[in-house]
Amino acid sequence: MSWKRKDLLGMQDLDAAEIIGVLDTATSMKEIAAREIKKVPTLRGKTVVNLFYESSTRTRTSFEIAGKWLSADVINFSASGSSADKGESLLDTARNIEAMSPDVVVVRHKASGAPALLARHLRCGVVNAGDGAHEHPTQALLDLMTIREKKGHLEGLNVTIVGDITHSRVARSDIYGMRKMGITVTVAGPPTLIPAQCQELGVKVSHRLEEAIAHADVIMMLRLQHERMQGGFIPSLREYSRVWGLTLAKLEHCRPDVLIMHPGPVNRGVELAPEVADSAYSVILDQVSNGVAVRMAVLYLLAGSKGA
Amino acid sequence: MNLLIKGGRVVDPAGGTDAVQDVWIADGRIHKIGRGLKPPAGAEAVDATGKVVCPGFIDMHVHLREPGFEYKETIASGTRAAAAGGFTAVACMANTFPVNDNRAVTDYILARAKVEGVVRVYPIGAVTRNLEGKQLAELAEQAEAGCVAFSDDGKCIMNAELYRRAMEYALPFGLPVISHAEDCELAHRGAMHEGFVSTELGLDGQPAAAEDVMVARDIILAELTGAHLHIAHISTAGAVRLVRDAKARGVRVTAEVTPHHLLLTDEVVRSYDSSCKMAPPLRGKRDVEACLEALVDGTIDCVATDHAPHAVSEKEGEFAEAANGIVGLETAVPLLLDRLVRPGVLDLPTFVARLSVGPARLLNLPGGSLAPGAAADITILDLERTWTVDPATFRSRGRSTPFAGFTGAGAPWMTLVGGVKVAS
Amino acid sequence: MSSREKAQVLDETGLDRALTRIAHEIVEQAGGGHDIALVGIKTRGVTLAARVAAKIAAIEGRSPSVGALDITLYRDDLGLKAEQPVVRSTEISFPIKGRTVVLVDDVLFTGRTIRAAMDALMDLGRPHIIRLAVLVDRGHRELPIRPDYIGKNLPTSRRETVAVLLREHDGEDRVVILEE
Repeated sequence: MSWKRKDLLGMQDLDAAEIIGVLDTATSMKEIAAREIKKVPTLRGKTVVNLFYESSTRTRTSFEIAGKWLSADVINFSASGSSADKGESLLDTARNIEAMSPDVVVVRHKASGAPALLARHLRCGVVNAGDGAHEHPTQALLDLMTIREKKGHLEGLNVTIVGDITHSRVARSDIYGMRKMGITVTVAGPPTLIPAQCQELGVKVSHRLEEAIAHADVIMMLRLQHERMQGGFIPSLREYSRVWGLTLAKLEHCRPDVLIMHPGPVNRGVELAPEVADSAYSVILDQVSNGVAVRMAVLYLLAGSKGA
Repeated sequence: MNLLIKGGRVVDPAGGTDAVQDVWIADGRIHKIGRGLKPPAGAEAVDATGKVVCPGFIDMHVHLREPGFEYKETIASGTRAAAAGGFTAVACMANTFPVNDNRAVTDYILARAKVEGVVRVYPIGAVTRNLEGKQLAELAEQAEAGCVAFSDDGKCIMNAELYRRAMEYALPFGLPVISHAEDCELAHRGAMHEGFVSTELGLDGQPAAAEDVMVARDIILAELTGAHLHIAHISTAGAVRLVRDAKARGVRVTAEVTPHHLLLTDEVVRSYDSSCKMAPPLRGKRDVEACLEALVDGTIDCVATDHAPHAVSEKEGEFAEAANGIVGLETAVPLLLDRLVRPGVLDLPTFVARLSVGPARLLNLPGGSLAPGAAADITILDLERTWTVDPATFRSRGRSTPFAGFTGAGAPWMTLVGGVKVAS
Repeated sequence: MSSREKAQVLDETGLDRALTRIAHEIVEQAGGGHDIALVGIKTRGVTLAARVAAKIAAIEGRSPSVGALDITLYRDDLGLKAEQPVVRSTEISFPIKGRTVVLVDDVLFTGRTIRAAMDALMDLGRPHIIRLAVLVDRGHRELPIRPDYIGKNLPTSRRETVAVLLREHDGEDRVVILEE
C-alpha cells in the first residue's frame, strides 16, 4: 500500500488496501508504547496543529501523544463554539494557522464538512478528528485495529452498533470502514435515532436489542447524549437504558467470545452497566491504546505525503 | 421614436403567435407586428434574424435587498442583473430592512426603482408586521401604494388562524397571497433535504413533509376563504400532487418553481459547498421529476428564480452555518434554454409562456404579451449563443450559485423595457 | 526499473562459507560466545542474523540472543521521498543495556542505514558495545561507518546495485551485481 493522500477526511474515501496499510503501520508502531524511552525521531522538525473546536480531552490528548512520541512539535489550538461565537470565521482561523507553516492540521468541529472546507484551502495535510455527525476516521481505524487484534481477522465478522446512529460520526465511519473490510454490520436503536434510508448504507437495521446482538462477534455501544430528550428522540434516559442498555444478563444470550466496544466516554448505567464496562468482554481500554498507535500511523503517513 | 425588430421568430403564447415577423415599436409601445413592415425613415433597426423575439420575461420572486441590505444587493445592481438575464420586470419580496410592511417602504422602493432601476420593479408587501407572523400588516395601504401581492417569504406563517384572516382581509384587493410553505418545527434543524444524502453527510435534514404539510394547510385555507393562493418555490412531489388535485377541484391556487429545483438534486450537496444551500433545499430525483412534469403540464404556472444574493462571507464557511440563498437572475434563462428547451423537455412556446404571460396573468400585470398597444417590454433570445457561467462576471452583487462553471447554448440576446435597450 | 544481472559474486556455497567465517570471528572476538546478541536489520539482515545465530549455536552449543530491528522511523531521508516507506515492527525481546550487540545487514553501502540502526538501538537501551557484521561491503561510504565482520569486499560503481538473494525470500542463495 502506498499512501498518496494529502488529507484523511473520512473512511468513505479509503479503499481496503489503504485501511490495511494504516492498520499494519499502526501495529508496527504499537511497540513504541512499551519502550522505556517512548520516542522515535521520525517527525522531528514537523509541526502538528490540533485545531479543536469541540472540547475533547481524550481525542486531543491521543493525537498529542502520538505526535510527541514521533518527535513532532504539537500545538494545541482550542476554539470554542462556532465561527459565529468566536467572531473569526473558520477559514480566517485556518489561514492564520497556515501562516505558521504547520505540516499537519488535526481538526475537530461540530459542523459536518468543516475539515473538507479546510483541506480545500490549506496546503498542509488535514486530519478529520470528528466533524459533526459525518465522520471520525481515526476512531474507525482504531476500532478495526482492535477487532483485528482480538479476532485475528476482519472479513466475515458480525458487528452490531447500538445507539444514536443519527447523530453519530463514529457509527458512520465504522459502517464505511467495516463494510470495506467485509464485515456485516447491523445498527440497532429506536426508530427516532436511526437516520433516513439508513439501510442504503448497506447495513441491517434492527429495533430490538436482543435480536440485534444475538449473533454479534462485536457489539459497539454508542454514547447517548442527554440532549436527545429534547427534540422528542427518546422519552427519558431511564427508559433508554432499560431497553437499550447492555447488562450482563442481556449478554448471556450472546456469543461467549463477544467483544464489547465503546468510543468513550462511557455513560455508566445508561448504555453500559458498570459490570459490563469492567468485564472481560470489554476491550474499551485496548481501543484507547490502539488509538495512539493509529494516530501515530496517520501522522507518519500524512507528514511524508506530498499530496495528490 | 421608432424601432424595428426585423426578421426574428416571434413567439407570443398570449397571442398564439409563433412565426417569423417584424415588430415595430413606436414611443415605447408595440405599434404593429407583421411581415415586411416599413416604419418611417430614421427608425432604428435591430436585425433579429435567427433570434427569438418574446414578450419581456417577468421574474416574480426576487430579493432586491434594498432598503437595508445593500451590501448584498441594491435595486440598481439587482435590476441590471435582471436585464442581463433577459427579464424586463421583477417582483421583489418584502424581507428588506425595514420590512416592506407599510406604504413608506413600498414608496421608497418604487422611488428608488424609478431612479436606479433599469427594469420594472413591482413590490410585494408583507402579510404580517415585520414578518413576525403575529399581526396583520396594513394590507389595504400596501395595495394602494402599489404592491402586487402579499408574502412573508423567507418565513412561514405558522399561525393558521392569522393566515386565514390575512387571506380573507386581502380578498377585496384582488392580490394573490404568496406562501413560503415550510413548517418551522419540522424543518428547523435541517440544513438540507432529509434523505440518503443527508444521512451520509451527517447533516440534519428537513423532510419533504415540512413543505407538504404547509402546502396542504394553505390550500385548505385558500379553499375556505376563496383567496388566490400562490405557492412560492415549490420543490416536492408531494406539494405538486396537492396543487394538481386542488386545481382539479377548482381551488384558486397557482405555483412557481425555480430553475435549480428543476435541474439539481441533493446529490450536489455532497461537496458541502454552500452555493448549494437554499430554502427550500435541493430535493431528491423524484421531486425534480415531478416538478418538471408539472411545469410542462401547467400544474406549475411559472418559473421564478428566488434570486437571493448574499455577501461572500455569509456563504463561506461551514455548511450548517451558511446563509440560505443563491442568485439566479443571470443564469435562469440560459440554463433552462440549454437543459430543458434544447433537449425537448419543454417546448419553446411553453417556456416563453412560463416566463411571460404566466407570471403576468397571475399577478395581473401589464405585460406578458406582444399585443399592439402594449408596452414594448421585449426579450430577444439567441438559441445558438454559447456560454459558461462565471460568477465573477455577474452584475448582481451576489456570487453564490451551484451552476458556476456550467456551459451550454442559448441565452438572452437583447432586453428592451418600454422600447429602450437595457441589456444586449 | 529493469536491471540486468552483470555478474554473480557469491554462489550458494560461497555465501554459506562467508557466514560461517563471520560466525567464527564473532565467537572468537566475544571470547566465549555467551552474552552475544545479534540484531538483524530488516529485512534480509534478519534472515542473515538467524543463520549466523544457528552457526554460532552449532559452534558453541548455545544460541545467542537474536532480535529484529526496523529502522524506517529513524531514516534521515523521510519527507524526501514521494511517499512514506512502509514501517515494520522492531522485535527485540531482550534488554539492550550493557549487552554486546552485533548488528547484521546484507549490504553496507552509504552507511546511513547503520547510522539509523545505531540510533534505533540506543533508544531501546544503552549497549556496552555495538559491532557490525555485513555480508557485502560495496564501498561508497557517506558517513564514517566501519564494519567489524565482512563476508566479502566488493568494489562497485554507483550505477550498480548489489542484490543479496536468499532462499527464505527469493528461493535461492546468491549475491549478484545488477546494472540499470
